[in-house]
Amino acid sequence: MVRLPYLTALTTLFSYGLLFAFGQLRDFFRKLIDWSRSKSKDLKGYAPICLGLEDFYTRRLYLRIQDCFSRPIASAPDAWIDVVERYSNDNNKTLHRTSNTTKCLNLGSYNYLGFAAADEYCTPRVIDSLKRYSPSTCSVRVDGGTTNLHTELEELVARFVGKPAAILFGMGYVTNSAIIPALIGKGGLIISDSLNHNSIVNGARGSGAAVRVFQHNSPSHLEDVLREQIAEGQPRTHRPWKKIIVIVEGIYSMEGELCKLPEIIAVCKKYKAYTYLDEAHSIGAIGKSGRGVCELLGVDPADVDIMMGTFTKSFGSCGGYIAASKEIIQYLKYTCPAHLYATSMSPPAVQQVISAIKVILGEDGSNRGAQKLARIRENSNFFRSELQKMGFEVLGDNDSPVMPIMLYNPAKIPAFSRECLRQNVAVVTVAFPATPLLLARARICISASHSKEDLMKGLEVISKVGDLVGIKYFPAEPPKHAEQEKKNL
Amino acid sequence: MASAVMNMTTAALDWVSVAFDAPLARAVVFGVHIDGHLVVEVLLVAVILFQLTRKSYKPPKKPLTEKEIDDLCEEWVPEPLHPSISEDMKAEPPTLESAAGPHTIIDGKEVVNFASANYLGLIGNEKIIDSCVSSLEKYGVGSCGPRGFYGTIDVHLDCEERIAKFMGTPDSILYSYGISTIFSVIPAFCKKGDIIVADEGVHWGVQNGLHLSRSTVVYFKHNDMKSLENTLEKLTRGNKQAEKIRRYIVVEAVYQNSGQIAPLDEIVQLKEKYHFRVILDESHSFGVLGNSGRGLAEYYGVPVEKIDIITAGMGNALATDGGFCTGSVRVVDHQRLSSSGYVFSASLPPFLASAAVSAVNYLEGNPSVLTSLRSNIALLWKGLSDVPGLTIGSHPLSAIVFLKLKKSTGSSKGDLELLNNIADRMLKEDSVFIVSTKRSVLDKCRLPVGIRLFVSAGHSESDIRKVSDSLRRVATTTLAEHL
Repeated sequence: MVRLPYLTALTTLFSYGLLFAFGQLRDFFRKLIDWSRSKSKDLKGYAPICLGLEDFYTRRLYLRIQDCFSRPIASAPDAWIDVVERYSNDNNKTLHRTSNTTKCLNLGSYNYLGFAAADEYCTPRVIDSLKRYSPSTCSVRVDGGTTNLHTELEELVARFVGKPAAILFGMGYVTNSAIIPALIGKGGLIISDSLNHNSIVNGARGSGAAVRVFQHNSPSHLEDVLREQIAEGQPRTHRPWKKIIVIVEGIYSMEGELCKLPEIIAVCKKYKAYTYLDEAHSIGAIGKSGRGVCELLGVDPADVDIMMGTFTKSFGSCGGYIAASKEIIQYLKYTCPAHLYATSMSPPAVQQVISAIKVILGEDGSNRGAQKLARIRENSNFFRSELQKMGFEVLGDNDSPVMPIMLYNPAKIPAFSRECLRQNVAVVTVAFPATPLLLARARICISASHSKEDLMKGLEVISKVGDLVGIKYFPAEPPKHAEQEKKNL
Repeated sequence: MASAVMNMTTAALDWVSVAFDAPLARAVVFGVHIDGHLVVEVLLVAVILFQLTRKSYKPPKKPLTEKEIDDLCEEWVPEPLHPSISEDMKAEPPTLESAAGPHTIIDGKEVVNFASANYLGLIGNEKIIDSCVSSLEKYGVGSCGPRGFYGTIDVHLDCEERIAKFMGTPDSILYSYGISTIFSVIPAFCKKGDIIVADEGVHWGVQNGLHLSRSTVVYFKHNDMKSLENTLEKLTRGNKQAEKIRRYIVVEAVYQNSGQIAPLDEIVQLKEKYHFRVILDESHSFGVLGNSGRGLAEYYGVPVEKIDIITAGMGNALATDGGFCTGSVRVVDHQRLSSSGYVFSASLPPFLASAAVSAVNYLEGNPSVLTSLRSNIALLWKGLSDVPGLTIGSHPLSAIVFLKLKKSTGSSKGDLELLNNIADRMLKEDSVFIVSTKRSVLDKCRLPVGIRLFVSAGHSESDIRKVSDSLRRVATTTLAEHL
């Protein structure tokens, strides 16, 4: 949980107020200058693409720190990356690439099991499948886009996750946006966690069902909302709801915490609501054999009605899947728009996932999969405990490879990001609108390909920069070994 | 008895008149002569004020008790997540065992493939596969992050520059999936209160984008310019606030659901007359129409600056995956922060971006591939001109050749059954792979279903003759009782 001290909240609000005031001043001068010059003829009679305050945040706040985001890289997104240097001639309004690169430690990419770069087992097989099936099938799944790689992967995913059947899609975002409208429509109710991802929000809106939100990760509030909604029925007509789906995520990407799955499943079973679990960040990264949050928290996969996941994070590929009972998958294959109208997943990407899952399960004949899983767990727990010892405010549960470090103040965002880059560590900073206005943070993603030396270097740099920028909000623990030595003497 | 009542009444009246004659009643207060009737009026006002201060009577609201809520929850029975599975839901598509080129292998047999939108025949092209292999060895498969967080790889920026140079526009933006391009672009520009005029035959991706934008959507008759003009006239006549509202026309260059081509010159005339902006989806016309494959604008000779937003999926002519959107600098920059499919999703895998760059290089260097595509389409039209029971409903230049039933069975379900029969028989008996249109339950398009043949520049003349002969033979026998 985030504990925001009063003084920090006041200074953060003051900073945003100051930025807002300066932005308005600049807008005023811009209006004066535009009024004295003549307006261009082309736009006469057309409304502007963005009126007034709609893009105020983009123009006046985001553009100042634009160089901290969208940094291009010139290598695979592995443990060490080559960040391309950029320069600007007009105070960060436009950025231009140079051909220089700096080698930096990568603490920002979603590369949990280290499959991002060329892998000794996966890459030769992917190149084979590329030569055999070529980069795309140019066709939708129901026409001529199903190859035997696709059927093999669907069976493998179903076996890996523990459900009877599965269906594949070429993009994780589209999976959520196109499946939720196929499952529920007008007259149904969707209850989703308040911090759910944008793709789930889009899918819920596109379905036409009513949407209610429950407090983040709170099974008691979910129960209250369920009771109230079933008793009231649909708004205004009070007819009973046709069906209720509760949508939660395995690991929340901005908080790094795990979902309280056993309690939420118990509540849903009691009130006969269906559950939809989005395991985008947790599949392959947590659990003893990588089977995700169900394995870690001891929940039977048969209790969750629909399990969704993506292949981008732990498997180093692209695309998404849905795993559920055979009947639901047959129905989805018949009506889901993403299956009927969208190009099928690229065959080399499918082969990459097949090989990655085989490595994780140990079916390639080695124990690299078990090693990777053990390494990511050790790395995450080590990194998190060290950061907390240094006095940073770190969110997230144990075992989760995502750890946000709170920054709060808007000026600290570019300071932290640029100073870390100067010392060759690439971090990701997130601000409004992905997080609430006052709660800006830096987010670290640990990978199984980080060695112990990489982690130590990362910790050293973050500690130095943290002192410079002033984000060690908690007291640091004194080094224990000095006291032990005193005791031994 | 009567006299007693009379006595009482007289006594009461005497008492009342005494009250009226009381000294108080004849007092003068502040120069106001107080008469008896003033007392009654004051009493009346006092009673009215008293009533006004009382709370109005509402039936008491009793909230449901815990036990009642428990009972309601016990009684409620939800619908199942899926409707009962019927026979046609169990049908599985055929599985390919090799690349989806002009010839492919299904069930161990080699078949002629008219089901892949491989318009330029780039599946299996050596140069593209070589560039993909070097990309795979350097960058791996996935990009492991969204564009804002170290998911931008230099091949993405190269691809955007290449496409912008090819189309002749200032800038372009890459999306990681074809269908997500259009339903992310529309909500980024159209908000609540805006007006959108769209063709009724647009595909599901566009419909979803229109629904997510929450704007007012008005449909016009499929590819009918008169209907478009009437709609635009109706919407802008007498509307004083039109200056502040953003207005868009959404059309596709080559419609997936019918194979028609939108008449861009007339649309541009109408757009300039009524001050609308145009969003054009060129998924099936990029790399097909125009002398050098630059799409609908080149075909009609319209300068590309007049079209505000052009989107296209790269999963057709360019034989890769993903999509792009191109336009002025303002249009492209706006999407980098407010388009949800760009900001909240992982970026395109790098090997697909290098495949796109190689494909565009190939198209620019070999414009003769377009002439072979056009001659294949013309040959197919000639061969299909005398097929019984089916007519061609698409434009002569569209690479999607759309065949409809001459006489419909009355329901689209019945039509689909007939067409699926034809397709199955052609695959089994003549080793020719064609497909019928499939509609999702969620699709709002009401255009007739039919058979779609995707012509490729890689098809040889014998392939085209084979498909027209086979279609003629199978259609004659299958539709015999139906004609």
